[in-house]
Amino acid sequence: MACSILLFILSYRVYTRIPTLCMYQYNDNDQTIIEERVVQFRGQTERFLKGELNEDQFRALRLMNGLYIQTHAPMLRVAGPYGLISAKQLRKLGDIAKNYDKGYAHFTTRQNIQFNWPELAKVPDILAELATVQMHAVQTSGNCLRNTTTDHLAGVCKDEIEDPRPTCEIIRQWTTFHPEFAYLPRKFKIAVSASAQDRAATQFHDIGVHIVKNAAGEIGYRILVGGGLGRTPIIGEEIRPFLEKKHLLSYLEAILRIYNLYGRRDNKYKARIKILVKETGMETFRQQVEAEWNAIKDGMELSDARFAEIKAHFTDPAYDKNAAADTSFAAHLEQNSAFATWIKFNTKEHKMDGYRAVFVSLKAPDSPPGDITDACLYAVADLADEYSFGEVRSTHRQNLVLADVKQADLYALWQKLSALKLATANIGTATDIICCPGLDFCALANAGSIDVVKEINQALDDIDYIHDLGDIKINISGCMNGCAHQSVGHIGILGVDKKGVEWYQITLGGSSENEAAIGDRLGPSVARDEIVPAITTILEVYTEQRQEEESFLTTVKRVGMTPFKEKVYANH
Amino acid sequence: MQIIKDKQIVENTYRYLADDESLSNGNITVSLARWLQEKAQLLSHNGQVGLRLTIEDDVTLIADDLNKIALLELNFPAFTDGRLFSRAKLLRIRFGYQGEIRAVGNFMLDQVFYLSKIGVNAFHLNNEEQLPVALATLDDFSISYQ
Ligand code: HEM
Ligand code: SF4
Repeated sequence: MACSILLFILSYRVYTRIPTLCMYQYNDNDQTIIEERVVQFRGQTERFLKGELNEDQFRALRLMNGLYIQTHAPMLRVAGPYGLISAKQLRKLGDIAKNYDKGYAHFTTRQNIQFNWPELAKVPDILAELATVQMHAVQTSGNCLRNTTTDHLAGVCKDEIEDPRPTCEIIRQWTTFHPEFAYLPRKFKIAVSASAQDRAATQFHDIGVHIVKNAAGEIGYRILVGGGLGRTPIIGEEIRPFLEKKHLLSYLEAILRIYNLYGRRDNKYKARIKILVKETGMETFRQQVEAEWNAIKDGMELSDARFAEIKAHFTDPAYDKNAAADTSFAAHLEQNSAFATWIKFNTKEHKMDGYRAVFVSLKAPDSPPGDITDACLYAVADLADEYSFGEVRSTHRQNLVLADVKQADLYALWQKLSALKLATANIGTATDIICCPGLDFCALANAGSIDVVKEINQALDDIDYIHDLGDIKINISGCMNGCAHQSVGHIGILGVDKKGVEWYQITLGGSSENEAAIGDRLGPSVARDEIVPAITTILEVYTEQRQEEESFLTTVKRVGMTPFKEKVYANH
Repeated sequence: MQIIKDKQIVENTYRYLADDESLSNGNITVSLARWLQEKAQLLSHNGQVGLRLTIEDDVTLIADDLNKIALLELNFPAFTDGRLFSRAKLLRIRFGYQGEIRAVGNFMLDQVFYLSKIGVNAFHLNNEEQLPVALATLDDFSISYQ
C-alpha cells in the first residue's frame, strides 16, 4: 500500500524501448469473438436486471463469465491465460482496480485475477475495457472448461523439454466457447507441464498434460486424469503414457465427452471427474475414452503447420548475448547481503547466461497474500517494460514473475521492488503462504484465513529464521472446498466450524509437486488462539529433528507425525 | 404453436400423440416405447413420425431406424444438464442422423447458440414470446474455435 507514495519516483522512468511481445497476440478472429462475447453478456445482464432471466438461469450464465455473488458484492474473476500478462494488460487491471473496485486486485492460485468489489451493472463495461487489451472473464468459473494453467517459468527454465505455452494456447482456443462442454457436471481444469520439476500442480488437475519424450526421442504428451483438490483430494492417474502431439485435442475431447455423458449430476460433491474415474475404475474409464477417441481422432488431427503458427508467437525475446559479461552483479552480490539474499530466494536461474527470472513477492508481511494495489500494478507494468520485455507472469502460489531480467539490471530492479514493498525475500519459504479469502469475503467460509496469515507473519518476523527453515509451503483455506490447496500444503490449515466458532485442522506432509501427496491430519482441530502457536511449534520441532540440510517435507516423512503431535498437543 | 427451425420462425407441423391415443393422419411425435412396439403401423400411417426422446432413452435401440425418423425431440430435464449436448453431437457424428433434431423442455434461450453448433437445428421454447430473441442469439458469434 506504500506504492502510491513511490509512484511519482517511478514515473521518472524513461521509455527507452517498447518491447515487442513474445506472447500470443490476438488475431482478428480472437478479437471478434471476445467483443461479441461482451455484447452477449451485456444483453444477458440487462435481461436479468429487467427480470427476464431468473436467478438460476443468470447464475449459470454469469458464472461462465467469472462472476460470483459474494458476501459483500459480486466477485469478478478475469482470466490470465496460462499466467501470461503484458504490461499493457497489467495497467488495464490497474485501471479496473482503481475505477471499478477499491483500489486493489487479487491473484489466484490458477493464474487468474480477482476483483472483489465490482458493481453488477458495471460488469459489462469492465468486460468491454478488458476486451480492448485482449482480456476477458470467459469460463473462469461455472461448470465448464476453465483457464488452462502452466509453469510460471515456461520458456525460460533450464529443465523443460519444450516450451509448454504453444500447447496451452492450442488448448485455450479449443476450450473457449466449446459448445458441447459448457454444461458439464462440474468445473474442469487442465494444467500443462513440460519440465522435470512440476510447478503447475498437474497431478491435482482434472487433466494433467505432461510434455514428454519417448524412447524414440519424439516429443508428445503423457496424460493424467482425475486429479483434484476440494473436499476429496485425489492424485491424478496416468490414462495414457504417450500421445502423439497431433492427437492432443481429440484425446481431450474424448475424455470430456465421456465425462459429460457419464459424470454424476445427482450430487455436486461427487460430480468432478475424479469421482467418475474412481467409481468406474481406471481400466474401464480408459477403454471408454480410447473407444471414443478412436472414433474421432482422424478427423481432429492438428497439423504441423498449426503448431508452427502458434509457436511463432512464443519466440525468444531479443536477449543480449553479452549479458553474462557484466561484472556489476557479482560486485553487488558481494557488497550487499540483503540483495544477495533476495537473489537467492526471489530469483531463479535462466536458460540464457546472464539472465534470471525474478519473483515479485505478493506476500509482504502486512498485506493479504496475492493482493496488489492499483499503484503497484502500474509500477510493476513499468518495471516489466523497463527490465523484462514488457511481460509479467502470475504464479500458482500467488506471486508475479518477471521472467527475463538481465543480471546487470537486477540490483536496480531490487531497489525499486523494495521501495514498492514487493521484494520480501520469502519465495518458497514459510511466509510465502497460499491463502483463500476466508470469512472476510467468502460466503462459504467457516473461519478466517487472512488474519491467521498476518499473525503467522508476526510470529515469524525474523527473516533469518525463515530463511533457515528453507522450503516450506503453508496453505490455508477457510473451508473444506480447499481453494487454497491446504490438503497439499507441507503444512495445511483448514478452517472448520464448531458450533459457530472458528477452529482449524492441521495437516502435514502434503505436496503438489513431483512427489504429490495429500497431507496427514496431525490430530484434533485447534481453537483460533491456538493455531499460530501450533504452527510455530511445528516449525520448532522441525528445527530440532532435521538432519543437516534436510527439508521440512523430508523430515516429516522420516520422523512421522508423533514428534509434532506430542509438542503441539502437549498442553491438552 | 411456433418454433425455430433452420434459422427461421415457423409453424410446428407435428402433433403430440400420447401413448394411449389412436393413430391419425398427419405428422406426429411418439415416445420411444410406442415406436419400439408399433414401428410398422407408425411408418405406414399417412404423415411423418418424430420420436420424443428423454434423457433415459437409449439411442442405440433405434440406430438402424434413424433414416426413417424425420424428427428427434430431445427433452431437456434441466438446463444445467449438459448430457444432451453430447448426445446431440453423437447423433450427428456417430449415427449420421440427418433429420431434424429439436430441443424441447427445460433449456434456456441462452443455450440456443451452442446447441445450434452441435447439430440441434430446431428449438421449441416454453415461452413462445422469446422466439425472436432466441433467433437473434444464433448470430451471437460469427466465428468459432472448434
Ligand atoms: C470468495 C469466493 C470464492 C468462492 C465462493 C469459492 C468457491 C469454491 C468452491 C465451492 C470450491 C469447490 C469446488 C469443487 O470442489 O468442485 C472451490 C475450489 C477452488 N477454488 Fe475457490 N472460491 C472462492 C475464491 C477462490 C480464490 C480467491 C481462489 C484462489 C486463491 C480460489 C481457488 C480455488 C481452487 C484452486 C479450488 C480447487 C479446485 C480443485 O479442486 O481443483 N477460489 N472454490
Ligand atoms: S476455501 Fe472455502 S472459505 Fe476459502 S474461498 Fe474457498 S470456499 Fe471460500
